[in-house]
Amino acid sequence: MKDRPDYLAHAVLILGVVLFALPVWLVFAGSTQDSDAIMRGDLSLIPHLSNLSVYKRVLLHGTMGTEPVWHMLMISFGMAMAIACGKIVISILSAYAVVFFRFPFRQVAFWLIFVTLMLPVEVRIIPTYAVMADFGLINTFTGLWVPLIASATATLLFRQVFTAIPDELVEAARIDGAGPLRFLWDIVLPVSRANIAALFVILFVYGWNQYLWPLLVATNQGLDTIVIGIVKMIGEETQTDWGAVMATAVLALVPPVLVVVLMQRWFVAGLTEGEK
Amino acid sequence: MATLELQGLRKSFAATQVLRQIDIALADGEMLVIVGASGCGKSTLLRLVAGLETPTAGRITIGGRDVTGLDPSERDIAMVFQNYALYPHMSVFDNMAYGLRIRGLSRGDITRKVEDAAALLGLEALLSRKPRQLSGGQRQRVAMGRAIVRDPKLFLFDEPLSNLDAKLRVQMRAEIRRLQRRLGVTSLYVTHDQVEAMTLGDRLLILHEGTPAQLATPMEVFERPADTYVAGFVGSPTMNFLPGRLARDGTAVQLDAGPLIPLQGRRSGDAVTLGIRPEHLTLGGSDLTLTVDLVEPLGSETLLHGRVAGREADAITVKVAGAVTATETVTVGVQADQAHVFDAGTGKRIDPLGQ
Amino acid sequence: MDRRTIFNGRLLPVALLLPQLLLTFFFFYWPAGQAVWSSLITQDAFGQGSVFVGLDNFVDLFTDPLYVASIVRTVFFCLAVSVAAMGIALVLAVFADRSIAGRGIYRTLLIWPYAIAPAMSAVLFLFVLNPRVGLLGRWLNDHGIAWDYTLNGTQAMLMVISASAWKQVSYNFIFFLAGLQSIPRAVTEAARMDGAKGWHRFRTITFPLLAPTTFFLLVVNVVYAAFDTFGTIFALTQGGPGQDTETLVLKVFRDGVINQDIGSSSAQSVVLMFGVIAITAVQFRFMGRKTVS
Repeated sequence: MKDRPDYLAHAVLILGVVLFALPVWLVFAGSTQDSDAIMRGDLSLIPHLSNLSVYKRVLLHGTMGTEPVWHMLMISFGMAMAIACGKIVISILSAYAVVFFRFPFRQVAFWLIFVTLMLPVEVRIIPTYAVMADFGLINTFTGLWVPLIASATATLLFRQVFTAIPDELVEAARIDGAGPLRFLWDIVLPVSRANIAALFVILFVYGWNQYLWPLLVATNQGLDTIVIGIVKMIGEETQTDWGAVMATAVLALVPPVLVVVLMQRWFVAGLTEGEK
Repeated sequence: MATLELQGLRKSFAATQVLRQIDIALADGEMLVIVGASGCGKSTLLRLVAGLETPTAGRITIGGRDVTGLDPSERDIAMVFQNYALYPHMSVFDNMAYGLRIRGLSRGDITRKVEDAAALLGLEALLSRKPRQLSGGQRQRVAMGRAIVRDPKLFLFDEPLSNLDAKLRVQMRAEIRRLQRRLGVTSLYVTHDQVEAMTLGDRLLILHEGTPAQLATPMEVFERPADTYVAGFVGSPTMNFLPGRLARDGTAVQLDAGPLIPLQGRRSGDAVTLGIRPEHLTLGGSDLTLTVDLVEPLGSETLLHGRVAGREADAITVKVAGAVTATETVTVGVQADQAHVFDAGTGKRIDPLGQ
Repeated sequence: MDRRTIFNGRLLPVALLLPQLLLTFFFFYWPAGQAVWSSLITQDAFGQGSVFVGLDNFVDLFTDPLYVASIVRTVFFCLAVSVAAMGIALVLAVFADRSIAGRGIYRTLLIWPYAIAPAMSAVLFLFVLNPRVGLLGRWLNDHGIAWDYTLNGTQAMLMVISASAWKQVSYNFIFFLAGLQSIPRAVTEAARMDGAKGWHRFRTITFPLLAPTTFFLLVVNVVYAAFDTFGTIFALTQGGPGQDTETLVLKVFRDGVINQDIGSSSAQSVVLMFGVIAITAVQFRFMGRKTVS
């Protein structure tokens, strides 16, 4: 209809993009600059690309009093992967049982899981900590992820996905001689792979971004995630190495952002389909 | 290849009786079409035979082997579904091969069987495609192929053509019949489409509310419908029904509308329904006077829809060859030797005496 | 809604469910039960044992002006964050839904912040607004505006609201955009035929059709603001200065983990649980029970 570009839309969207990108850019630019300059407030928005070695330094050595950043990244990555994969696996199994079988207390089991939808970890920190202590899971890597992998949301999502699988497909597979486990592996999983991919993105980000839980159960510095580590760094009153802190912040952002951007297509579809 | 026997088969879901009492025997290589309106239990019957449902009572025997309690995969059957039920993530080849792989056939055997079936169905060029890249007709063929490769004792078809457009349906109908004859596999075919039923079946089973209304060859069903339900179900346009009473010692029907239609002798006195197909009414006769309210030209023939003069409740359709200029009233004659008589109470057919 | 076709077997489904049920029991029901139990008892003065005190902990809680203030503060915080995050997201989504060049790029550039951890948004905001190292914070001070959120409670609240809302915009954006895209073209076209234009069309057609999305997002945002922002607030202000940014979750953490007052913090946990249950119930009341039935 009109060939004139929609200037207003571009202006608003560019403003929005800048609103999000600017802080990150600022931190990236700052990471390559002299810490004294940052302290003086002479931060420039133009990065000094010759100073990228700061990334190597924080990766290998960290800043004063912290683990090397590569170690914290590994902990975060391990935790995010374990939470994402763990949640997906146990949610698939339980949703599969609820959808494709009939057994006593099936509805009860489903409701027991469903009700926990309402209880985020933040609400039950103290008593859960006590349970963790009883299991001897305080200050262990296992303790970082196992309690977080029970998931009503994911179970619900898979239940929805599985319910939408046509009965005829199940019947065709039964006539073809597939048993329940074979059907799960050969048909259900491949058919649901888009949903699994979407959920993986959501859960990876969820796992990577955990803060309160690791703060609580892992006081051992060797188990610091990158998010814990960076907050510790900025909380340091006598902090002087701001360049290194900024570099660490950038490194903490890169993995989850990459996962979201690279898997954007599945992620957006999965998020908006699943949670409504 | 095998026979199929259903003995005293019943199925209820909770308090609802879906199938009341089914006894059928299929000869080796026979194709039986189960037809009826939706909800008549025809799909349930097929699913009982498939082993996807468990009968409430009765026995299912395939090739002399009692399979009533067996899992679908142990019955040596293959099924073609209405929505094809192809595995969406597998190629055409894998869709056909899946059941063979589970049965543990060797790679070579699988390839050979799938390729044979593909050749039979003209699917050779499509073997590496995914179902979503196929047209409806091609998907239908793949579904057939998946059934054929298994070399089953029994084919089960669950309305396999109803998702296709009209032209393709006619084409696939003929193809299914040719294939079934050629392979000689005993088959059960469920449909709600009477044309499909007439053209495909060696015999038809017409189900009405869970009970067999008639089990016979297509022509017999057409020529000697067992009751008003079957009579109304088979044939297009639908048979006309007129209320009346047997008179003159059963040699005529006295229609409530007035005229007396002479017939071959039947037992006398009962209230009856006279059934007459639209093509067995002739224009210009003197039996009935119709007020025409719609003329539908179909090209080679014309349908006249009208009501018996003076009796608004008796709607009549007349089928005449060629074109007809619409008039307000017409007189029609009944070809009495083609008329059917049914008991007005039970709807059952009343045959002429001596038949 | 049930399937027609199922698999037989009793043991297998139970085995499949077991991991989820065990985890749920040990990390949800058991702690929740513990919380309820601990909220009803109190340690005696010498720490020797515990006494059942009924609802005393709750009475103490609700008569404590600090707790009541924290409730009021949390409600205000949640609403402010939700309104800000949803408002900005809606504006961006409406413009991103127009057919303009580079739509896909804009979308990606607006979606990626979903990946930012709440605690990370605090770190980023610190680098912008910290009065000493933050670019903008320093600029404000250099230009005669006394900006220091570590000392000024109002500024601190503004800071945590901004950082929390900033992180949540992209989530809302994704949903609003999906909501806008699911409005049938025919409806907007019919509205155009009827002569509805611009703002009027948005207010009378688009926005009402987005109502389910808006309501869903409101619930999600309130829950996010109430719980997930712990990292943001803790990293930025630790609830300070004083208690000026201490929301209910921070208070549970401080009373339970730092001050070790188990009775009170358990009672607070129970209150939060009821809060969440109430929100969820409201959601189901209005959204229907689509997800469950």
